[in-house]
Amino acid sequence: MAMDWCFRRRASAGLLAAVLAGGLGGCATTGNPRDPLEGMNRAVFAFNEGLDKAVIKPAAEAYQTAVPLPGRVGVANFFANVGDLLVGTNNLLQGKPGEAVTDFARVAVNTTVGILGLFDVASELGLERHEEDFGQTLGRWGVPDGPYLVLPFFGSRTLRDTAGLVVDSVYDPVYDVQNVATRNILTGTRIVDARAQLLAAQDVLETAALDRYAYLRDAYLQRRRSLIYDGAPPRIREDDAWREPQAQSLSGLEDPLRAATEPILVGAADVVVPAAEPAAIAAASPEAGSGEAMPVRATVPAAVDHDAPDRQGTH
Amino acid sequence: MKRLISTLILFLGLALSLVSGAAQAVEPDALIRNVTEEVLTILRQDKEIRAGDANRVADLVGAKVLPHFNFGHMTALAVGREWRKATPEQQKQLTDEFRTLLVRTYSNALTSYRNQTVQYKPFRMQPTDTDVTVRTQVVQPGAKPVGIDYSLEKNSEEWKVYDVVVGGVSLVTNYRETFATEIRNGGIEGLLKALKGKNQRGEITPATNAAK
Repeated sequence: MAMDWCFRRRASAGLLAAVLAGGLGGCATTGNPRDPLEGMNRAVFAFNEGLDKAVIKPAAEAYQTAVPLPGRVGVANFFANVGDLLVGTNNLLQGKPGEAVTDFARVAVNTTVGILGLFDVASELGLERHEEDFGQTLGRWGVPDGPYLVLPFFGSRTLRDTAGLVVDSVYDPVYDVQNVATRNILTGTRIVDARAQLLAAQDVLETAALDRYAYLRDAYLQRRRSLIYDGAPPRIREDDAWREPQAQSLSGLEDPLRAATEPILVGAADVVVPAAEPAAIAAASPEAGSGEAMPVRATVPAAVDHDAPDRQGTH
Repeated sequence: MKRLISTLILFLGLALSLVSGAAQAVEPDALIRNVTEEVLTILRQDKEIRAGDANRVADLVGAKVLPHFNFGHMTALAVGREWRKATPEQQKQLTDEFRTLLVRTYSNALTSYRNQTVQYKPFRMQPTDTDVTVRTQVVQPGAKPVGIDYSLEKNSEEWKVYDVVVGGVSLVTNYRETFATEIRNGGIEGLLKALKGKNQRGEITPATNAAK
């Protein structure tokens, strides 16, 4: 058991190191400050898409054809129930004991009345399902996203969410199943089930995206931000940039996603923001040469790392 | 004769209700609920849609949904600050192309609608509000519930949707980075060209489109 843990941790760390090393090898980017490793990410993205097309998607389609809906619902519920343990733990770590109680109550109800989680009785009883993971917990604690990464097999993450993934997988009950065959079956089924749930979404993606890579990246980043704020993220001020006359002269608006780098930690917003002297920021920020300081910049703490590179500079 | 009179009364009543409906703006939450339920009912009942006829879905969206969307605002939101550098003619073209893209995406999403139900979250607003969010949730067996939030603004006594956020992802602002890249590489005209190309490539049938 301990060895298993160790191995997993080392494997994950090795993967991370490889990813980072690959990224530092230098690749062409379009200068998105949130995606400094874009060249490498696109390569891994292409690899993942190839793998998906060859293996995972066909498996998911076969599964969808072979197993009738009630069966698939049971499978999905089973893994959701297993996952609710981690969801509850993460809610505790995020200081949301009320929601954690709901999560653990869900596990208790669904494991017993719901026959090992095959039926989601808890939702029928009004115990709402949540979506939490350790990446979100870190976000709540104020850890910034870090660069966007596309991991082999796992797909879209940020550096912070990669760390979250490592921690979550260490405590993942499925990986702790001792019987290797059972564990592999469970893992495989979970992947196929998750992929099958996305089959419809993929058609939408194909229709919607001018550039699938960028579309998925930006969707991932938006979604994670929304999840960290439990579905109610603060409005991004760039949303009004198209109509505000003064917005155009403010060079800090160059990056539409920059406002998303505002303090992630909900509570910390109060701590960090204290009207960080707009003038001082204007002086410290090379791009604010016009002497104009804008409110969005003022709310971005210096500690947020991906705030540093300027698009004009990298281009 | 009696029948004629009752028909006339019925029409009169309908006309009156239409007039009163026009005089008083429908509240945003009621608007979203009415449109959603109307569309879902048709989706459930229409045999051709259930057989996967995407063109019919597009017609449905055009008739029931589009009148309540402000595509000019949506496009401006997606383009961001470069919007103000575009000429009125370019803005119009961008809006037309972006509308085509969004409608196709939306219709496509509706085609895969099967066993979902929509829940409406409690909604509160001040009488003076002109910008609100109506939150809904799509629940389907065996999948995580997905939130769909509609941002609406009030223009001249009428509420119109200017953003749709699905699972925390705005269908509008999610294009901002892509659009910015296109504009950086080829200006507004470059973005227009990219959008036109995308719209020409994509047919309305999702199944054939998946091969791209």
